[in-house]
Amino acid sequence: MSTQTAAHGAHEQKHASGAKYVQIAIILFVLTALEVLLYEVSHEAGPDGFYGFLAAHFVGILLFLSALKFWFVAMFYMHLKSDIKVLQWVFGFSLMIAVIVICALFVLFTYNRTLWWATGAWK
Amino acid sequence: MTAAVLDHDSAHAHEEHRTSLPINSRKLAMWTFIGSECLLFASLITNFVIYRGSHAKGPGPKDVFEVPLVTAGTAVLLFSSFFIVMALNGAQAGNRKKLMTWLSLTVLCGVFFVGMQVYEFTGFMHKGMGYSTNLFASSFFTLTGFHGTHVAIGTLWNITLLKDAYKGRIPPSKSLNLEIAALYWHFVDVVWIIIFPVVYLMSLFAK
Repeated sequence: MSTQTAAHGAHEQKHASGAKYVQIAIILFVLTALEVLLYEVSHEAGPDGFYGFLAAHFVGILLFLSALKFWFVAMFYMHLKSDIKVLQWVFGFSLMIAVIVICALFVLFTYNRTLWWATGAWK
Repeated sequence: MTAAVLDHDSAHAHEEHRTSLPINSRKLAMWTFIGSECLLFASLITNFVIYRGSHAKGPGPKDVFEVPLVTAGTAVLLFSSFFIVMALNGAQAGNRKKLMTWLSLTVLCGVFFVGMQVYEFTGFMHKGMGYSTNLFASSFFTLTGFHGTHVAIGTLWNITLLKDAYKGRIPPSKSLNLEIAALYWHFVDVVWIIIFPVVYLMSLFAK
């Protein structure tokens, strides 16, 4: 067996067990249920009280819950936590570029709608 | 071609796919592919968010989206990620029965999800929302259509692996074949984890 294969095998040995996967599945299910619950509660909520607070921060909380689910799947189901570190860099770098693309598109479309560059509003 | 060259080629064919890293090159290639897919879906999701309010003509999100149906699809896709990781667990342990059971469930989940999307899209058509009805519809169908196509491809891939498993062609030494397919499947799940709240829940909540 080559050194490479041995190292790869060693990484596979470190993958989580079946019980760990069940735990992650339960966490993912609960987080999804929380997302839907948050939507239902915030949808009809007034501006005051705890529900009002949830409604005001609906987008932020929803994005946080999604990021949490994303992290659990990537780290445990995709084995990023136990695999060779360079894969975390490959994926992390791609996500960083993706965030830059998202920001660039938002800036481009938001400013383009007001024609900031054509009217000279930026001066 | 000389015998020496043939021997050399044969040795190459049986050799591990080497990289300078302690990782199989096919797995690294899949991760690189997943990285490029991140950019594709980031663009499509942003495109949808920008245009989701552009529905002066034709129905908008509040007229067509059905949260319970999509929540069921989301749950099924999340469970399928769990199922395929358990199938991989079985493949690595050399447990063929476990591998086949969990992989079959993964395939069923994939088929259910694609069916759910076809049902959803048909409903939208009946409500008067076609691909070119407005910008909201175009960006929605492009994003979810691309994702649905990825799910369909993943399901077909899983079916071929299920056939291989049935014929005993996925021993522990070849579990990497399933691991690479599982990586793709998890990525498809991860994309939906973003699409579900951003496309469905936030669009319905927007004033």
